[in-house]
Amino acid sequence: MAQAADTKKRGKPRANASAGANSGLTRDEWLKAYRDMLLIRRFEEKAGQLYGMGLIGGFCHLYIGQEAVVVGMQMALGEGDEVITSYRDHGHMLATGMEARGVMAELTGRAGGYSHGKGGSMHMFSKEKNFFGGHGIVGAQVSLGAGLAFSNWYRGNDRVCVTYFGDGAANQGQVFESFNLANLMKLPAIFVIENNKYGMGTSVDRATASRDLSRNGAPWGMPGVAVDGMDVEAVHEAARAAVAHCRAGKGPYLLEIKTYRYRGHSMSDPGKYRTREEIQKMRSEHDCIEGARHRLEALGVSEAELKKIDDEVKAIVQEAADFAQSSPEPDPSELWTDILVEG
Amino acid sequence: MADATLVEAIDLALARAMQEDARVLVLGEDVGRDGGVFRATDGLLARFGPGRVLDTPLAEGAIAGLSVGLAAQGFRPVAEIQFMGFAYATIDQMLNHAARLRTRTRGRLSCPMVLRTPCGGGVHAPEHHSESGEACFTNIPGLRIVVPSSPRRGYGLLLAAIRDPDPVLFLEPTRLYRAMREPVSDDGTALPLDQCAILREGGDVALVGWGAVVREMLAAAQQLAEEGVAAEVIDVATLVPLDAASILASVGTTGRCVICHEAPLTAGFGAEIAAQLAGPGLLSLLAPVERVTGWDVVMPLPRLERHDMPSVARIVAAARRSLRHG
Ligand SMILES: Cc1ncc(C[n+]2csc(CCOP(=O)(O)OP(=O)(O)O)c2C)c(N)n1
Ligand SMILES: [Mg+2]
Repeated sequence: MAQAADTKKRGKPRANASAGANSGLTRDEWLKAYRDMLLIRRFEEKAGQLYGMGLIGGFCHLYIGQEAVVVGMQMALGEGDEVITSYRDHGHMLATGMEARGVMAELTGRAGGYSHGKGGSMHMFSKEKNFFGGHGIVGAQVSLGAGLAFSNWYRGNDRVCVTYFGDGAANQGQVFESFNLANLMKLPAIFVIENNKYGMGTSVDRATASRDLSRNGAPWGMPGVAVDGMDVEAVHEAARAAVAHCRAGKGPYLLEIKTYRYRGHSMSDPGKYRTREEIQKMRSEHDCIEGARHRLEALGVSEAELKKIDDEVKAIVQEAADFAQSSPEPDPSELWTDILVEG
Repeated sequence: MADATLVEAIDLALARAMQEDARVLVLGEDVGRDGGVFRATDGLLARFGPGRVLDTPLAEGAIAGLSVGLAAQGFRPVAEIQFMGFAYATIDQMLNHAARLRTRTRGRLSCPMVLRTPCGGGVHAPEHHSESGEACFTNIPGLRIVVPSSPRRGYGLLLAAIRDPDPVLFLEPTRLYRAMREPVSDDGTALPLDQCAILREGGDVALVGWGAVVREMLAAAQQLAEEGVAAEVIDVATLVPLDAASILASVGTTGRCVICHEAPLTAGFGAEIAAQLAGPGLLSLLAPVERVTGWDVVMPLPRLERHDMPSVARIVAAARRSLRHG
């Protein structure tokens, strides 16, 4: 393995990926961040409605509140970088550029969905967009992500893999196994803990003895920082530093992004583990989209311009919802497809 | 005697076991403050306190391993895994440690733990949440596998499992959790392990299965009765060790057998029952053994799920096929 490392040169860091001294978002970047976060928010609101109407079977874990995490991260990534995450994945898919209609139609279990209506909310993939799922086994995607990063290291390209997981998932054994391995091999892996304070009904302080999740990789020498995940600019800045670190061949990087989910864990969450006031406080004082809106106004973006974005997003989501209801149900013969290659 | 759903019956049995035996501990993800994802442990934390009802971190392997350690010291841990798809992560501990502790220590230690998990489909949930993975565990000597088919049987079998001195994998059919109510007397009476239950007698064909599909078997027997066919309905209840004698006795009379399970066909536990019939039962058979099972596929989303689940119609058709012979 050491030999392989010697013969494979890491690619040069891309110009746009190095962490500049002043890496605040430009006006155009703010516009893009706002648009992408709004798309996720409106998509999720619509998904919640369709679920309420009984059109979505299985599970549905909404990302509302956490939009800045995936949008800020994705804006620091480049062509070919991989993304892998858990079941709370709709936002990640939209951020990687997957089509809203294909995601929504998968939620409704239709043939036009990304998994032909067989996978549902938790299990979608796009090879074109380098999105490696959508996984329902909590924490398992972390070692898969290390494997994706390994492939980049082995091929000597300069791609990085971003692996997202939750504060609850952070307690799974294979997360630490993967941390060790990634640090041992200096893999270009960015591990992102989306700390939304709860794993289902268990708050983070009741689930882990670690008081600072950003230090969870410290025993292996992995650098880690805690980031305000309600601020897309802060996420983006941290992401750029992490990407630059990985592309330079310095090994993996841990980001603990502190965020918050406004909705229940899934659609049937009685929510007894937190107060209404707590949710309301986050919404009214820290909302990432409101924050972006204020920033855009300060940058002189007109009301009309913002309205145009709102309308564009609304149209995409409506089209997705229509498609998700009109796309046909999968044919029963689909039950037997994609088990093994037909001999 | 109050009416209870299966999930309420499980809760009652857990409370009863904790009440009567201070060594019984309940642990798992969200079992305490939240009362479990399905509320099967509702009220236990308030009643027995955090020393005996433990909310664990999200770590199935450790939950199983911790239970083995506790059990080795004489405790009676009852661990909950939220869905059967997450119980696969416990196989290492269940197979390599829980099931072998008695043998490996030549009887000096034992492992009186119960691993409870919801199983099976029909709840409009996708893979991981609709697994019928019992056959992954039935090939493990030293591990008992118990599956109730109704609230009353859930109560009695869980009590028996907790009192049993060896490890038990206790599979609770998710789609039965709230599907029906029946009178459950919370009097601490256990049902026998390692025994099939004959739920309906009949001399023409035996329907053999376990868990949720027993309901379809009973409905099929009713339909067959209207056609003048008397079906015997056998709830296997304990898969391992298998009460083959009861099944062989029934098929000794009927000569015909339809085995039903939700799990995929190939190497499903029905294959073991079929092998018993092909061995000691062979000379009783008047027709080929029928198996009505899930297909050899991964459980898909609800719009296709109904095509995978064994239905009353498929069971009736199999029984009719069987009756056409001889
Ligand atoms: C191995 C495994 N165990 C348990 C579950 C059930 N489960 C699904 S999500 C979840 C909580 C995860 O919390 P966290 O990692 O913080 O992610 P979040 O839901 O907050 O995004 C649990 C216990 C599962 N899907 N997989
Ligand atoms: Mg969380």
